[in-house]
Order: sequence, then structure tokens, then C-alpha cells
Amino acid sequence: MFAYIVRRLLYAIPILIGVNLLTFYLFFVVNSPDDMARMHLGMKRVTPEAIEKWKASHGYDKPLLLNSEADALDKVTDTIFFEKSLKLFVFDFGYSDDGRDISFDIGQRMMPSLAIAIPSLIIGLMVNITFALLMAFFRGTYIDVSGVILCVVLMSISAMFYIIGGQFLLAKSFRLMPISGFDSGLDALKFIVLPVVIGVVSGIGSGARWYRTFFLEEAGKDYVRTARAKGLSESLVLFRHILRNALIPIVTGVVVLLPLLFMGSLLLESFFAIPGLGSYTIDAINNQDFAIVRVMVFLGSVLYIIGLILVDITYTIVDPRVRLT
Amino acid sequence: MSILHARLIAASLISPAGKAALLIALASVWLLACDGQPWNRPYPDASAHENVFYSLFQERPKHLDPAQSYSSNEATFTGQIYEPPLQYHYLKRPYELMPLTATEVPVASYLDADGKVLPDDASAGDIVWSIYDIHIKPGIMYQPHPAFARDKLGALRYHHLGDDALSAVHVLGDFKHTGTRELTADDYVYQIKRLAHPQLHSPIFGLMSEYIVGLEAYADTLKGAWGKAADGKEQGVYLDLAKFPLEGAEVTDRYAYRIKVRGKYPQLLYWLAMPFFAPVPQEADQFYSQPGMKQRNITLDWYPVGTGPYMLTINNPNRQMVMERNPGFHGDSYPAEGAAGDREAGLLDDAGKPLPFIDKVIFSLEKETIPYWNKFLQGYYDISGISSDSFDQAINIGSGGEVTLTEGMLEQGIELNTAVSTSIFYTGFNMQDPVVGGDSGAARKLRQAISIAIDFEEYISIFLNGRGIPAQGVIPPGIFGYEAGEDGINDYVYKASPRGPVRRPIEEARKLLAEAGYPEGRDINTGKPLVLHFDTAQTGPDAKAQLDWLMKQFDKLNIQLVIRGTDYNRFQEKMLKGTAQIFQWGWNADYPDPENFLFLLYGPNSKLGHNGENAANYQNSEFDRLFEQMKSMENSPLRQSIINEMMEIARHDAPWVFGFFPTQFSLHHSWVKNSKPNLMANNTLKYQRLEPALRAQLQNEWNRPVRWPLYTMAIIVIVIVLPAFVGFRRQQRLSAYQDKR
Amino acid sequence: MMPVLLWTDALIFMLTAVVIIFVIYARSKPHLRTPWYRVFRGRIAAASVVVLLAFIVVGLLDSLHFRLQLEDNGNSDATHYSVAVLSVLDVMLGPVRTQVEKTYSAPFATHLFARETIEREDGTKLRAYPRLQYGGRHLPASGEGKGRDILQRSLLALVEALLAGTIILYATAALLGRRSGRSSRRMRQLIIARQTMLPWRTIIVTGTFILLLVFLAVNLASAFHVLGTDKVGQDVFYQTLKSIRTGLLIGTLTTLIMLPFAIFMGIVAGYARGWTDDVVQYIYTTLNSIPGVLLIAASILMLQVYIANHPEYFETTVERADIRLLFLCIILGITSWTGLCRLLRGEALKLREAEYIQAATSFGVAHGKIITRHILPNVMHVVLITVVLDFSGLVLAEAVLSYVGVGVDPTMNSWGNMINSARLEMAREPVVWWSLFSAFLFMFVLVLAANLFSDAVRDAFDPRTRER
Repeated sequence: MFAYIVRRLLYAIPILIGVNLLTFYLFFVVNSPDDMARMHLGMKRVTPEAIEKWKASHGYDKPLLLNSEADALDKVTDTIFFEKSLKLFVFDFGYSDDGRDISFDIGQRMMPSLAIAIPSLIIGLMVNITFALLMAFFRGTYIDVSGVILCVVLMSISAMFYIIGGQFLLAKSFRLMPISGFDSGLDALKFIVLPVVIGVVSGIGSGARWYRTFFLEEAGKDYVRTARAKGLSESLVLFRHILRNALIPIVTGVVVLLPLLFMGSLLLESFFAIPGLGSYTIDAINNQDFAIVRVMVFLGSVLYIIGLILVDITYTIVDPRVRLT
Repeated sequence: MSILHARLIAASLISPAGKAALLIALASVWLLACDGQPWNRPYPDASAHENVFYSLFQERPKHLDPAQSYSSNEATFTGQIYEPPLQYHYLKRPYELMPLTATEVPVASYLDADGKVLPDDASAGDIVWSIYDIHIKPGIMYQPHPAFARDKLGALRYHHLGDDALSAVHVLGDFKHTGTRELTADDYVYQIKRLAHPQLHSPIFGLMSEYIVGLEAYADTLKGAWGKAADGKEQGVYLDLAKFPLEGAEVTDRYAYRIKVRGKYPQLLYWLAMPFFAPVPQEADQFYSQPGMKQRNITLDWYPVGTGPYMLTINNPNRQMVMERNPGFHGDSYPAEGAAGDREAGLLDDAGKPLPFIDKVIFSLEKETIPYWNKFLQGYYDISGISSDSFDQAINIGSGGEVTLTEGMLEQGIELNTAVSTSIFYTGFNMQDPVVGGDSGAARKLRQAISIAIDFEEYISIFLNGRGIPAQGVIPPGIFGYEAGEDGINDYVYKASPRGPVRRPIEEARKLLAEAGYPEGRDINTGKPLVLHFDTAQTGPDAKAQLDWLMKQFDKLNIQLVIRGTDYNRFQEKMLKGTAQIFQWGWNADYPDPENFLFLLYGPNSKLGHNGENAANYQNSEFDRLFEQMKSMENSPLRQSIINEMMEIARHDAPWVFGFFPTQFSLHHSWVKNSKPNLMANNTLKYQRLEPALRAQLQNEWNRPVRWPLYTMAIIVIVIVLPAFVGFRRQQRLSAYQDKR
Repeated sequence: MMPVLLWTDALIFMLTAVVIIFVIYARSKPHLRTPWYRVFRGRIAAASVVVLLAFIVVGLLDSLHFRLQLEDNGNSDATHYSVAVLSVLDVMLGPVRTQVEKTYSAPFATHLFARETIEREDGTKLRAYPRLQYGGRHLPASGEGKGRDILQRSLLALVEALLAGTIILYATAALLGRRSGRSSRRMRQLIIARQTMLPWRTIIVTGTFILLLVFLAVNLASAFHVLGTDKVGQDVFYQTLKSIRTGLLIGTLTTLIMLPFAIFMGIVAGYARGWTDDVVQYIYTTLNSIPGVLLIAASILMLQVYIANHPEYFETTVERADIRLLFLCIILGITSWTGLCRLLRGEALKLREAEYIQAATSFGVAHGKIITRHILPNVMHVVLITVVLDFSGLVLAEAVLSYVGVGVDPTMNSWGNMINSARLEMAREPVVWWSLFSAFLFMFVLVLAANLFSDAVRDAFDPRTRER
């Protein structure tokens, strides 16, 4: 198992290099450092000298990939690619284009993201499983049919509508919670309620429907038939056999998401002014702060790969039949 | 057996939902616990009665270093923290300069080439140097700051920090000790030198090096010195500017310094009221330049040091910024005189009282306008601008065009301030363009035709809900050189009428277009349709509507307008290369002088080739000559007549469609006192006063939660869950029965 | 008139042609026909197909682009064309497109939504709601009698729709009757009693309902702004209809573009294994691990640079918006092909061990032939299910991307752009709700129909669900 994890980690390295090369290409070939400088120097009275100075002070004045003027090793190391992209591998994120320490910002913004993402995930999971179980229990009846139709209806509504509608009704018209914002500690609770509610509601449709298929799939298997034939009550079969076995795909589906929770939710965070990593990313895109975008791409890839490895490990834990080799 | 099991399992079925219910119950306990307070208060509940002003920032201020800061969102902070020698009078109009830390507004003395003093009325051509002697008040102290902290021996405590000492430091507040020091003339000179600092690239360096004697060469000196001091390092380098003298800025004694300018430059006084000329203590510069500081974002850009009424104590761009009263503030008092009508408006009630009034200002990050507006209506922001979309809710325009608040607003006690801002938004033609540009009669007529066709009155009515006035020229009202009434009308686009200027009918535009060689929008020779290109960096939800509208305007002349949308960077690049054709641009005045507007059409200031602010690349030698004559003049009838001449040239050539001057509408709640719009002054916060008790009371009244939806939701959940549960039980019983059987 | 063939038009017509050819081909092949019969046997599925067809018709009409010829002004011999690119739909909607009010007006309004200062003839000014220029023009100035007028027009539409519905019923019955050798009267009875193989009654009822909406639109939209007008006075109904094409294109072209890659790479990786498999896996893991939004943002920025540098390729705004849309589809395709590719790889891995393929290999059949003859047909159900399932997700994604600012061109009509601007309108008081509502309604109906249809397709094609 240990050897397996090590191998997977080693396998991650070429992937991260690929990600890095791709983002490097997209960001440096697309927007020249001149563009970035102009963006960050502001509107009025920007001189070419100022642009040169900005580039120099942010390390963007070096050659992109190969420094032909430098000697020996410096040929490779004294380049933008080395300075800006490869350093990510040692988690040296450097500074954003407007001079902030990115690691520090990420550290600060992680908590608000998690404060939204974790409750949404847990409550959403509970609600979805309950809902799916209900439908599976009453499969074939009007409850199941109307439940599925309700799910499809909920799924067909864009997340934007949930957010706009929720904000408009609950926060503006009913004044039940602040419209947007965030606070530290327990004071954060009142800000979290609405995004979490919206996050959960918008996920019910696809979540519950998806879990229902897991349950039904299990329900159709031979061992379930055998159990039923033995005379076990329907509810016992449902909870003891079906739920337990259907939890395997559910859990692995969740585990793959776990690391990505850190990335936060782009929509919820920017609509509710929550200072998490999701809104950090959106801001970076809007401000064309490529230093941050690069870091977020890298971070996202790392977390994704961790998620994949975690799934493999969970498989061995929840399903003893799977052996990692 | 099975029944027992089923029960247990039933409990486990309920348990996920049960947990959710528990959470909801917990949440409602919390909701009830803070009863008496509105549920939607976006701040900690304890702060309801404090003398705290609540405002917002939409974007992190990029620079708080006075050498670099230029944007208006930065001025909100720098204006309160830094004190340049001069300031604008808060109430008087037209804008008037008055001393802030200076003892009086300095008067220039003029010298000729030999250094002989000239009389004050000497002609601009004879003046070779101007000298400004500025005397500052003694006894002004800086805000408490670790850069001034000294140990028992009197040595600066935090000026030789190693990595160990910094390891526990993340924000400026982590330095336990602070100190202060008296403000001296050295600090002012130090800052002027900083404008030329190679690492700071101050936005006004280029402009100032044309005037301040020796500044340009000084930058080279510093560059050399920096190269030596830095020796390849990028951080932790300190360059002691005191060691390098600058001819144009010298200390004459502890409380006096002298600025020497080339030629005559009366606008310098306006610059002296901007944070660019605020004092920066050398200790702070040295403190911030220590190695390791920049990694921790501990720089002057983040933690400004000043003598002003407020100091920045929390700077968390992810969430909020907090300014608190400077305990060592030298004191100031509310003005005793104002403009006409100020006394009646209650603006002089606080005359003579010590400033500032407010203890603390909390700026919260708020990017979206909708929450901003709603929170203002709920009383959680003390002031607000009005976005065009919430306009109908807020404003009635009376039959005479006068603006009043709607009943809903009045009921809440909200008050309105309006002011025509010192900005202009215009649609420019690139004068280098072969079709719309150039000095040919045909192109000029084309531009004039378009000027008539683009109906800015309609634009203002649709997109700004009337919050603006159509521009007849470059200079907005309130600035010297603006002419009201018939004399100030742009004859090429408007006709005078008893009810004010009226846009010329579209038929005239069509006629001009035909004369330009495009009858019915078709080239007279080839019959090809005339296609023009509009370059824009606008995106966002409102852009489509505006672009549709613009196409509609050109369509009136049968001109086909093609929109070339791009991102901001590309747009800037296009402007710089002069490859745009038609574009929209704006200018916000630095100071209340016509020079600051007319230079937007001054040839040597063009964007193409000179990287100036003349975005249309307009060039007219007569206009340029008059500009050079006008710019150094004092306000006088002669200056006015020159300006009129220049305006006539510009209107005739029509390098711009003179768009509009936006009107600023700002709202504040009844508990905010002494609010008067001042478009020039940045340091207005110290004049504001709050009544927190009234605010707390009204906030409670306005924000009673509507509870019935909660109960309804609960009932709906029960209605959905109950039949399911009943069905579940029934089935259980059934299967139990079957089991028994 | 000069026809304009935009890139997306070409692709969408190609797609339509492929689908039609497939239908004709499939009709003669029972193994292809049966699962499709299974799909259409469900009433919900049949109804949603009718709804989807209605959307598709609108989208196709909106894809026939052309530029109008300018009137000859006698100056030149050459003919010149307007820069404005119109579609057949624009022409059909004629007045709805051109009758532009000044600013907001509510659905069926006769007056503007906001009060304005009106100058009366005697010179006095009045703050009132100005009369709309076009909306309810045939009514008296006060807008009196509006209710009755709307009712009349609606009743007329109802009658027309019922009439059309009856005609359709008779026609269908006659056609079906001739084919099955029954009398058309007998066939009608069977249809009404729901005793036909396919749920013809549901199809006809849904069709009639859609026709009712069409007639309502025809009767009402010519006289009123049925869904109100937006900030610059454009008809919201028109914008919503125009957005249909954008939504459909994003939903279909994206998958169309990614399909060849996904199928080729997936099957080859699973079939060939070894280093090919490693490379393919590497590529899709790498692409998958980049957060999608960031990849899209970067690519859209890149496209903008290209457009800014090559203005000569894009004569009209429409062409530019079109390229951006196509590019968005490509990017979305790049970010979404990996899922299908992985599925196909798994299927191919399984299939290659199947006995008949082992047998074919041992007989020395070429690999290419094995793939096209044996593997490809056996994974088509996976492809089909993915395509149908992805459709609704992509339509929804467009709205989110527009919010982030990396969606379709801001000048293009799309539901995302509508929602994005309607966001601000929700802060007005009284609320301007109709833009948001219209976008919501149309998007919801399309996505709902697509979801219901995809459920049916999955049930019919997925061997696992088929067993139950």
C-alpha cells in the first residue's frame, strides 16, 4: 500500500509538469508582461519607463524559457519559466502581481472557503441520502415518480437562479440574514446560513437522483434478492444491505471532492462576498493577476491528484475486495 | 426481532434528518439568542452603539504610498492619513486653497535667468524660475508607529531587525512598541525626492521633472546610487535620500522648505494639496526597507504613516480596512464660514468644534452593487452613491428638473447631495485615422455629423437616469473657463433656444454627411457603405445595452458601426499605437484649473508618440499656441477670452463628441451630519459627525425579520415528510406481519 | 441578399444532416430501431422530444444568416450589402425586432415602466409614465380596453391552435392508417384511446400546445411586448428567442467537437494498451486536473488577443461573436472530453477481452477493422448517453461562464448575458423581473426537456438499466 502511494505520487510529477507547461504557455504567450504591467500600474500617466521598472521589479524582464546571455546553469534558471513556474513545485508561491504574499493570502482565505464548503457538503450529503433512500424505499410508487420528477425540475434550474432568488427572498424581502459579508469566529454563523442553504438546495436534484440510482442498482443485485427471499423485511434489506453497499460509490464520490473543497465555490463566494479562495480566483481572473491564477491552477491540480489517490485508498478500506498492487 | 430492528433502523433513517433538524434547532437558538438585534446585521452585535462610521471598498487600494497613490479609491484613505501642506476649504465654492500644515498659502516669487527677483506681474516669458517658500506649523506629531519606537538608550528599536525578530511578525500590529516624532520640513523634502526614486515609479514623476529644478537628473543620480547600494539584491536595500541634495527642493530651516520651479507654474499650489507632497519620515522609509518586511507585506503601501486625523490600523484586503482616530493628532477645528446657504443647511452648526468627530471608520469589502445598495437601505452603510439601477427607487425629478428624493427615501430620513463632478466623458475620434481623422473638410464634416447624431441627452436619460449634463465643451461647470448660457453653446451641434441649448436636428447631420462625401451613408464615388469601428474594453452586463444604443445612434445616419470589443490591456495598447478609430474615454480632474482639461487636446500631449493624455491625438498649431499662452496665466478676463478662442477651434474641428459631465448623487442617512460634496478635497472625513443612538434605533426599526416564511417552510417539510413516514410505518407493519406469517 | 455562412451555422447544419442521415439509415436496421422505439414509447420522453424539436426549429431558423442588399443609389455598378447580418428568424419576427421602445416596459404594458418628465403642449411639465411608441399602439392613448383586446387575441389563438391540432390529428391518423392498413377513423380512435405503439396522443397534444404558444405569440407579440422590454427598449421576447440558438449551439457543438477526440483516444488507449494507453491517460489526467474555469478564462483571453490582432478577418460583429462562441465550444469540449474518453477506454479494455474479438484477432483481422467493425458499434450507447446527458449541463454552464466574464460575446444574445444584466435589475424598486423570468422560463423548459429526454435515452440504451 505504501509503495503504491509512493508510486502514485511519483506519477503525479509529470502531470504537474504538464499542467505547468500548459498554464505557462497560456499565460505568458497570451498576455505579455507589458500588458500585466500596464494593468497594474493603473490608469493615469503610465510611461514606458514605468512599465520597464515594473517588469524588472516583478521579475518579468527575463527571457521566457532560455537565457542565452547567462552562463552555464543560469541559462535555464535565470528565466521566467524557472522563476515563476518551477518554483511552485516546492510550494514557493511567491508574490501576486500587486505584491502580496500569495501563501499568506491562501492561508487566510482557506478558512472562509471551508466554512461554506464543509457544512454544504455534510448537510447536502445527509439530505440527499435521506431523499434518495425515501425514493428507493418507495420505488415504483407515486412518491418515487414525483420525487424523480422533482429532482429533474430542481436540476433544470441554473445555480444563478438559486442564488439570485435566495438572496432576494430570504435576505432582502424577509430580512432573515445579512445579504452578504463575512466575519471571523462564531459571528460568521449568520453569514454562512444562506450560502449553505442555497448550496444544499441547488445540489439536491442531481445528488438525490444520482444516489437513488446507486440504491436501485444495489437493490437489483442477486444478494439482495437472496436476502429478500430469506424473508428479511424490506426496510431491513434496504438499510442493512443496500445502504451499506451503495455507500461505497457515494463515499468515493465524496472523497474525490474533499481536497477540492479548499478551492471554494466561485459563484457562492463572489455573490456573498465571502473572502475565500473561490472569490480569490475570480478576482484574479478579473484583475488578470496571473501570478495568482498560476498558483490556483497548480493548487487545483495538486488537490485533484490527491483526491484521486484518496479515492484509491478509500476503496481498499471500504471494499476489502479491492487490493492495490 | 424484525420489529425491534426496524425501529432501530427507523431511528437511523431519521438520524441524518435528525442531525439536520438539530442543526436547524441550534441555528434557531442562535437566532433567538440575539433577539432585540436585527438578524441581518452584517457586523458584530456589540458594535451597534459605537461612534463608528461604516463604509466600504470595492477593490483593494493598490497604493497607499503617497509617491504612488493616484486613484480616487486610494485617496479615501490617503486623504485622511497624510497631510500635505495645503488643503481645499471644505465648504467654500469655488474651491479655495487654505493651509493645512503650512502656516499660510505660499506666494511664488519669480526670478529671471540671472536670479534677480521680478515683480509679481512679470510676463510669463520673462520668468525663468519660480520660488515657493513653505513654512509649516511647529509641534505637529506623527501617529504612533513602530518606526519611531526607541529603546531606553534612545536608539531606534526596530531598525536592525534580523530574521529571528521578524519571525513572529505578520502584521504591523505585531510590533509591541511605538513612538512618535515631531513633523519637520525635512520630511516634506524627503517625499519630493522620493518622487524620483527608481523603485517607486511615481506617476507624476514625468510631469514634475518638467518643472521641479533638477528632478530629472536627480532620478539618474538615484538610479546609479541604487545600483551600487543594491548590488544585485532586490529587497532590503535602503537608499538614504538625505545624502543626495536636490536643487529644486531644499530645507531652509527646521520648519521651512523651498521648492524651485522652472518658469511660471501656478498649478503647483494645487499639487501641494495632494498626497504626493505629503511628508514621509525617513525613519519609516528605512524601517520598511529592512529585509523581510516586504515578504510580510509590511510596506508603506500597506501601512501608511502620517500626521492626519486618522491612522490605518487594520488593512486586510480580503475583508475589511479600519481607520482609527490618531491619538496624537495636532487638532483642527470645524470651519466657521462657508458658502452661501451653508448656514441654513446646518453645515455651520459645528463651527469651531474640534475635529475629528468620528472615532473609527470600518470599510468592508463589497464588490457587488446590489448588496451595497440594499445594505445602505437597511441602514448598515452610512453613505451611498446611487447606481443607475436603483435610481427610480431613490429619486424623483420634479417638473422643473429639480431633484428630490422619493417618499420612501424621505420617510427613512435619507438626505441627498448632488454636484456636477469635475470629470468629462467623451467619445473621441482618432485624428490619425484615415477616415474619421485628419484636417480635411470632409473628415471634419463627418465628425460634426456624428456629433449631432449621438444623442447624449438620451444617453444620460437612459443610462444615467439624468445624472449628468451634456457637455458643450471640454470644461465642466465649476471650473474657471466654463461659460454658461448662450455664449457657451457648441454651435456646431446645438442651437440656442429660450429653454437652453437644443440639439440640431438629424437632417442637418445627414446634410453634413452628404457634404462629407457619404450621402445616405454610402461613399459617393464607390457606393460602398460607410463602416466605422468603435473600440471598447467594456464588458459586463451593461455593456451590451450601451453598445446597442450606440449602434442605434450611427444607424440614424445609415452609418454601420462595428464594435471591436477587447480587453482592457489590448484597448490601452491600441490607444497607444493609435490604431483605434472611435472610442470612449473619460478624464477626472486633478485640480480645479482649466489647464487640467484643455491639455487633453494639446498636441505635444498626444497619446501616439508622446504617451500623453491627448487620446484623440488631436493636433492644431493655433490651439497649441493658445494653450501655451493660457496655461501659466492667472484667472482673468483675458484668460477667459483665450479659452473661448480655444473652445471655438475644438468645437469646429470636433476631435471629440463632447459627451457629458456626470453629476454625482450621493445619499446619506439622517444620522450623518455635516455632509457636503467636495470634489477636490480628499480629507473630508474629519468633518463628518454621526449620531449612533439614532442609527441603532432606526436600524432596529427597519430590520425586523419576517418570520412567517420560516414557519411555512417548517410546515411544508412536515407535509412532505409525514406521508412518507406514515407510508414507511405501514410498510414496516405489513412486512412484520408477513414475517410473522 | 447575400447568404452568410458562419462557422457555427456550417457545423450545426452538418450536425443536422448527420442526424437526418442516421435516422433514415436506422429505420431500416432493426437493431438500431428498437432502442429508439423504446425511447419514444414513454409519454414523457415523447413530449419532451416535441418540445426539443420546437427549440431546434427556432435555432435552425436563426442559423440561416444573410446580409441584405443595400438599395442602389445609382452611384456605382457594384452591389453592396449591409454589414448587419440577419437570420430568417429575424425576418419572421420583423416588427418584434425593430419596434424598440425607449427603455424598460413591463410585459403587455402600454406605458413605460419609469416616470419621465413630459412636456405638454402648453409648455407645462408633467411627471408621468410616457406612452409606449409601439406597445399596444392600436389601443387608445389611455391604454383602455387592453384586457379585452388581449383576451380576444388569445381566444383567436386558441381557436387557431385547436384547428391546427385537429388537422394534425387527422393527418397523422391518415398516414398511420395507410401504413398499417387500417381506416383512418379507426386509427383516430386508437390514437385517442392511447392504443398506438408510440404515444401519438401525447405527441399531438404537446404539438398542439406548442402551436397554441406560437399562435399566441403571433397574435400578441405583433401588438404588445409580451415579455416586456429591456433597458434600451428592446423586446425581451425577441432576445429570449435569439438566445435559443446560443444555448443549443453550446449544448450540441461542444460535444460534436469533442467526440472525435474522445472516441479515437479512448478506444485506441483501451484497445492498444501499453504506452499508447499511458500517453492518453497522461493527457486526460493533466487536462482534467486543471480547474475548468481557469482553463476557459485563459483560452478566452487568448482568443481576444487573436481577434484584436486580426480585425480584418472579422468584418461584422456577428462574425466575431460567432468565432468566440465556436471557440468557447472548443474549449468546453477540451475540458469535457476527458470523462467520455475515460469511459470509452474502460469499455474498450473490457471488449478487447471478449471472445469474438479475440477470435477476430487470431484470424488476423486488421486492428483498424476490429475497431471500426466490432468495438465502435458496441460503445456507441456510451457515447450517445454521454452526449445527451452533457447537453443540459452545458446549457447551464453558459450562464455561469457569462457571469465570470468568460462566456459568449457580450453583444450576443444568450440566457447567460440576460441573467447577468437582470441581476442588476433585481435591485430596482419596483423590481424589473421580466428579463430574469424570461431567461429562466426558456432555459428551464429547454433543460427540463433535455433532462427528461436523456433519462429516457439512458433507460433505453444502457444495458444495465435495461435489464430491470
